[in-house]
Amino acid sequence: MDRVATGAGDHCTACGSAICPGCGRVLDPPRFCRVCGRRMAVTVTPGGFRARCRDHGDLGST
Amino acid sequence: MASPTPDPVTTPTAVTLSAPHRVGPGQPDVGPDEARARLRAAQAALLDEGRLLTGTELTGLAELPDAWVTSLAALAHEVRLARCGPEVEVEGILSTKTGGCPEDCHFCSQSSRFDTPVQATPFLDADEVLRAAEETRASGATEFCIVLAVRGPDERTLQRILALVPLVRDRVGVNVAVSAGLLTDDQARRLAEAGVHRYNHNLETARSFFPHVVTTHSWEERWETCRLVRAHGMELCCGALIGMGETAAQRVELITELQELDPTEVPLNFLNPRPGTPLGGATPVAAWEAIRWIALFRLGLPGVILRYAGGREVTLRELQSMGMTAGINALIVGNYLTTLGRSPEEDLQMLADLRMPVGALTGVL
Repeated sequence: MDRVATGAGDHCTACGSAICPGCGRVLDPPRFCRVCGRRMAVTVTPGGFRARCRDHGDLGST
Repeated sequence: MASPTPDPVTTPTAVTLSAPHRVGPGQPDVGPDEARARLRAAQAALLDEGRLLTGTELTGLAELPDAWVTSLAALAHEVRLARCGPEVEVEGILSTKTGGCPEDCHFCSQSSRFDTPVQATPFLDADEVLRAAEETRASGATEFCIVLAVRGPDERTLQRILALVPLVRDRVGVNVAVSAGLLTDDQARRLAEAGVHRYNHNLETARSFFPHVVTTHSWEERWETCRLVRAHGMELCCGALIGMGETAAQRVELITELQELDPTEVPLNFLNPRPGTPLGGATPVAAWEAIRWIALFRLGLPGVILRYAGGREVTLRELQSMGMTAGINALIVGNYLTTLGRSPEEDLQMLADLRMPVGALTGVL
């Protein structure tokens, strides 16, 4: 499975760690806030997804 | 001395070859004459005699060597066309209430018992559900399934479902299916009266293996809900999840159990191991093995709507179109409950390339 890298200095959006180089899988939506690493509320719909952090608001959608 | 830098153009890409199919201990290797005989007997049973294959016959087909999987798939496709026609039914699904489930299904990232990345979210409001149903309809879907991560619906949850079903059906113009866990007799009756077209409740795996993957409710409780769905006149959608460590014999056992249950639809899922779940480290089913079992499910359940469901992208990769000629006649398009799928456009292009028309299958099988 391919891996998706997050940007340097970001939290990993798959596990929330600040030191993880990116462990997300291609078909997984982001689950953790890239700013603070907090778990996000994610709504997956047939045509996209919406990820929302309690502190940083909407942080990703398609 | 530094190692030479690999040439990115000429260095071959590393690929992992899955282990070839092996017959089980004590089982004879199947030679070409015997393989042909088993396939001919299955063809006669299904297409001439019009009867279901027995567990013993399915086991005999499951033992065929890898080289015979294409023959198995060809027979399954012939049976599918003869029994169901060329149409493919397209469906979209929506996790309307995500996570926080008290049950311990070992494959599921929505169980509150496991530390997974999935955050529990409350019931979506009606506008969000309508938008998702419209997205689905736009991709040619005729079925939209409202899914909730619950053991079973409490009264408040049931009331919300009962209000949503006619709203989605009438405003969007799709058949509405529901998946909300275990039901009582009264709940099944009320859902049927509200116009639920199809109710999804998966057995997931064989009765003999179920206690290895779920301990908070029993296989028999699932069976009883499936029975209630049919008793109240809803179409039953009852699926399987392949790749949780069950044996080939247990997969055949599940097919024979489904024969007895006689659902309208069987969604076929392949385990996509989810981080944080007890099965998070499992190895996905090999692609060729998945094709074998798609064909076997079709041969065991010749008249059902056999739907591609979760895990197909991970398991089958480039072989997804081959599954469509191995017995599959329905798809979940777009995203799944907590993971993403490939785009509906890719699936619709695949169907166009295969010259398979999209259409509702309900009521014609």
